[in-house]
Order: sequence, then structure tokens, then C-alpha cells
Amino acid sequence: MPDQLIFAMEVILNGLLNGVMYSLVALGFVLIFKASGIFNYAQGVMALFAAMTLVGIQQGRVPFGHLINAIFGTDIHYFGWEVPALAAILMTVLIMIAFAYLVQRFVFKHLVGQEPIILFMATIGLAYFLEGVSDLMWGSEIRNLDVGLPQGINDWIDVTTFEALGYGFFIDNLDIAAAIIAAILVMSLIAYSQYTKNGRAMRAVADDHQAALSVGISLNYVWILVWSLAGMVALVAGVMWGSKSGVQFSLSLIALKALPVLMLGGFTSIPGAIVGGLIIGVGEALFEFAIGPMIGGATENWFAYVLALVFLVFRPQGLFGEKIIERV
Amino acid sequence: MLYREAGDFSTTYSQDNQTFPIRFDRMGYYFALLIGAVVIPFLINDYWANSLLIPFLIYAIAAIGLNILTGYCGQVSLGTGGFMAVGAYTSYKLMTAFPGLDMISITLLSGFMTAMVGVAFGLPSLRIKGFYLAVATLAAQFFLVWMFNKVGWFYNYSASGQISAPERDFFYFINLPVTGPNAESWVKYLFCFLFVFVLSWVARNLTRGSVGRQWMAIRDMDIAAEIIGVNPLKAKLTAFAVSSFYVGVSGALLFTVYLGAVEVGEVYGITKSFLVLFMIIIGGLGSIFGSFAGAAFMVLLPVFLKLLLVDGLSFDTALSAHFQFVIVGALIMFFLIVEPHGLARLWSLAKEKLRLWPFPH
Repeated sequence: MPDQLIFAMEVILNGLLNGVMYSLVALGFVLIFKASGIFNYAQGVMALFAAMTLVGIQQGRVPFGHLINAIFGTDIHYFGWEVPALAAILMTVLIMIAFAYLVQRFVFKHLVGQEPIILFMATIGLAYFLEGVSDLMWGSEIRNLDVGLPQGINDWIDVTTFEALGYGFFIDNLDIAAAIIAAILVMSLIAYSQYTKNGRAMRAVADDHQAALSVGISLNYVWILVWSLAGMVALVAGVMWGSKSGVQFSLSLIALKALPVLMLGGFTSIPGAIVGGLIIGVGEALFEFAIGPMIGGATENWFAYVLALVFLVFRPQGLFGEKIIERV
Repeated sequence: MLYREAGDFSTTYSQDNQTFPIRFDRMGYYFALLIGAVVIPFLINDYWANSLLIPFLIYAIAAIGLNILTGYCGQVSLGTGGFMAVGAYTSYKLMTAFPGLDMISITLLSGFMTAMVGVAFGLPSLRIKGFYLAVATLAAQFFLVWMFNKVGWFYNYSASGQISAPERDFFYFINLPVTGPNAESWVKYLFCFLFVFVLSWVARNLTRGSVGRQWMAIRDMDIAAEIIGVNPLKAKLTAFAVSSFYVGVSGALLFTVYLGAVEVGEVYGITKSFLVLFMIIIGGLGSIFGSFAGAAFMVLLPVFLKLLLVDGLSFDTALSAHFQFVIVGALIMFFLIVEPHGLARLWSLAKEKLRLWPFPH
């Protein structure tokens, strides 16, 4: 097999695994969008906040430590204990649920029935707010996140491909773990929405708000539920990206990468989010590999957006989205 | 008792159609112009010019530009930073390629260049709507910044990848330097003031004319507008062109007059797009006055917070920056919930109250 083809295969594989990461963020978007029509720009910052909170709890940091120190002139940073990963994850989940309640209670309850674009801009405000809160609570330095996920090159794949093709593929264990966790997450989400009472309520609300209200489903409850689920998805995404490259501000920028993923897959489709993520992951890896060196590199900054833009011109509702019908 | 329209009669159509129909408003407007054009240039010093007045004027132009597109025509754009970069780099190329050219021509040409780029990126808006379009404009943002970073021709192959503005004059018979280290702050201020005055006058009259009405029809419901005979191609593309022109002028001024030297990813990144978007949300969507109010607010807020938190309470600057995020985010949500029309609406409510004051009815 020619070398170029083997390299391309490795690039495609890594692109696929990267795409899984994009899909994870996109999934949170789809959940909220389906149930409430809110296009949640803050999803990426939620991932950042969740990961920061997890690290903070794990390391026993004092929340708002900097602020307290600045006001009272003290010098406290740590409680002096360390929390095991599982307990920290549970506490973070509780915090994300509390966050979901607060967001619903103080922001989006008051914006019911507004135009989608107003809601979108409100979530941009929410993103800024949450980012500030996250910085105030836990500081803005890069943190290392370790919840016991495997890291480093996968030796088995390296050896096997070396024997078969004469070239060892470099695949990160973490990416494989992410792919498996993403698959479990998607299946459990689908199972939850198909087979539980809450899941049925969620689907009913997604279908028609008024009809759902009239059969006695509490919109408020469903929306809090959906935001909590999105918070948990954000936590998973935050843990994955955080283990990969440290918990830092750029984590919130992956939200932006998830947008073209959604546009490709369609805003209302969970499988769409997955497929869109894979297409974007592979597409940008291949483009950077094949054409990037000719035009200066770093094309992954914009390739996803341009791909989505070109795609949308031909199919405005995305791959799996519901057909947009407009009436006056 | 001061703010009355009693005794203010319009006897001709042109009087009835003027921008400020109430005499008190009109006098206030002329007074503000007089203060801005005649008094401030004598009082200005470097601190006031650089930390408040010049950024306010420059961002006001950008906010008017984005307001035309988003507030009047309903097309949300997150590519403002990228379009500002087009203006900046066009002016840089013009300044270095044609040393004899004056700053007014350079800035206008930069605006026209940006308008063309804006139309190109506005073409998909005919098929894509709402936040699909907002995401599509992100393509412009990231692609343009990447291009100015990677293609050496744009920054004349300088080693640092930065662009810096050489010294150029105001106009071809006014030989006062506007850019470069020798430019005095009152000259810079007047240069920006001139652009703000002319551009906001044009914007105000465009938005209440037939073009503006077409934009607003498209914003309110594009299909209905199409049925009653508004050409969506023309309306959307003119909105993109005019808006990009303003944004380009603002980007050019930000580089040439205000900063002098620019690194594209730092100055014209996605945060700049959000900054301008926040200005028009807080100031008021679909209002020229709101663009000014929002720009003033967003320029003043960091200065105010720095005075209060860093100098007053002696917090460190990082903490004050975090507070700024919290406050800006909370304000955005607050305004969208309580007053989606922003500061401009509050201003007009205050005026309504003033007309009756001190009587309740």
C-alpha cells in the first residue's frame, strides 16, 4: 500500500475520533433545542464550568477563593482534603442540576414565546455570565484534570498495524475511551427518551408545547430536566476535552466548533449530531492533511464553518433536520 | 416643565418630517454637535482621547453598522470582527502602496472594499435564515482572520506579522498628521468625529427612507415582505453592503487612528464581534441613538470597573476582568428580558414622562 494512503487512513481515523468529541458537545445543543427551541450558545461554557467545578471539588479548592481573599485580606486556597473522582462527579452533577434550575427560574421562564434569535442572544449573555462566574469561583488558570481515564498511545493498535501495514498508527487511548463513552451516552439518552415517563414528556414538549400543556405536562419541569441533561452532557464533554488538553478557556470555544456540526446534521436530530460531528472531524483532518500545507496550514480554524456554509446553501435544514416549511 | 411640544407648529411637510420634530430635541442636538465639534477639541488631552472619546466614536460607527444589519434588517451577524479586519488591512495596503493618499480617501476606500466583501458573504443569506445565518457569518469571521494571518502579502511580509500605520495627513490640503506617533489627539478626535457625524446622518436618513422600510419589512417577516413587493435580494444585499461599509470604516479607524499597530487575531477576533453585538443589544436594536448609547456603555464599563474595583477596592486586574464578564452577561440577559429595545427605549420612555411632568396625566 502506498505511504500516502496509509497516512490518509491514520488521519481519517484520528479525524473520526475527534469528530466524536465534537458530537458530544453538539448533543447537548440538540437536547435543549428540541425541547425548548433555545439554541444554547452557552453549551461550551457549561462544559468549561462543569470541568472546572469537577477539578475544583477534586482538589478541594475553596470556591470564590480569590474573591474572599481580595475582600477580607485572607489567604485561603484549599480546604486541605481531596475528594475521590466519583464523589466529585456526583457533586458536579448536583451543581449542574442546580444551575439548570436557576437558569430556568431566572432567565428562560421570562423569555417564553420570544423570537428564537432573542433567545439565542440571551444564551450568549448566559455564556459570558457563566464564564465570569467560573473564573470567579475557580480562577482562570489551566488545570489538569484526571479522573482515571486511560491516556497515551494505544500499543495494541500500534503493534497490529505495524505488523499488517509496516507503519504503526498513532491512536490515543483517550480518544477511544471518548468514543465508547459517547456511544454509551447516546444509547442511554435514546433509551431514556423512548422508555421512561419523563422521556415521553420531553418528546411531547418537543413536538408541541401547547398540546403538551393541555395534557398536563409541566413545561417548567421538562425544561429544567432538559437543561440538567444538557449540563450532564456538558460535564462528559468537559471531562473528555479537559483530560485531553487541560481545563482552560479554549474549552468554551469548542462550542463554536459544534455549531457547524449541528448545521450539517440538522438541529433537531440526535443521530444528525453524531454524523455531523464525524463528517466535520474527518473533513477538517483530511483538508488539513491534503491541502493545508499548500495554503499555510491551520485550516481547521475555519474549514468546518465554510463546509457547513456551502452545505447549507444546498440543503438549509441539514442532513437529518425536519424540512423547514414557512407560512405567512 | 422644560420639555414641551406646545407652540411647536409644523407648517410644511419638510418640517413635519424632520428627525427632531420637537424644538427642544433639535436644540439639544445642535448643542451636542457644537460641544463635540468646537469645545471638546480645545479641552481634550491624551488620556480622555485614548481611553474614552476615540474608542467611543469608533465603536459607535461599528455599532451603527451592525445595527443596520441586525436591528433594521434582522440578519444576525457574528462576523463583525472579520469585516473590521478587512477595513484595517485595506487601509494598511493603501497607506503603504500609495504614500500620497490622504486619510479620508483611504478610510472611505477601505469602507467600499469591506462592503464588497460583505456582499460576497451576504449572498448565502438569501437561502439561510436566523441563527443558521449567524453561524454562517462565523465562517467569514474565522476565514478572514486566518487569511490575514497566513497570507504574507496582506502584512507586506513583515517579520512579526503585525501591521503598523505610517504617518498620513488628514486631507490633501489639510496637512495635519492623523496617524503615526506625531498625530495630536485633537486631530484624531476631530477626524473620528467627522466620520461619526456624516455616517450617522446618512444612516438615520437611509433607515427612514424607502431602503430602510424595505429592510424593516424583511426583518419583520421576509415572506410577507416578498409578497407585497419587496425584493429580498436587493434589500438583504444592500443591508449587508451598507453595514459592512460602516464596519469596515470603523475597523480601519480602529487600526489607523486608535491603535496604530495591530495583530489581527488579537484585535479582530471573535470577541470583537461579540463586543459590537452586545453594544447594539444593550443600546437598542433598530435605533441609531441606541448604537451610540450601547457603544458609550461598553466603552465606559471597563473604565468604570477599573476605577471602582482596582483603584477603589484594590482588587487585582484579573478579578476585575472576571467581574466584567459577569456584569456584561447579566446585563445582556436583563435587557433581553426586561427591555429588548435597550437603552434607547428607556430614553424614549423618559422623554414621554418628561412631557407630562410634573402632572401624572
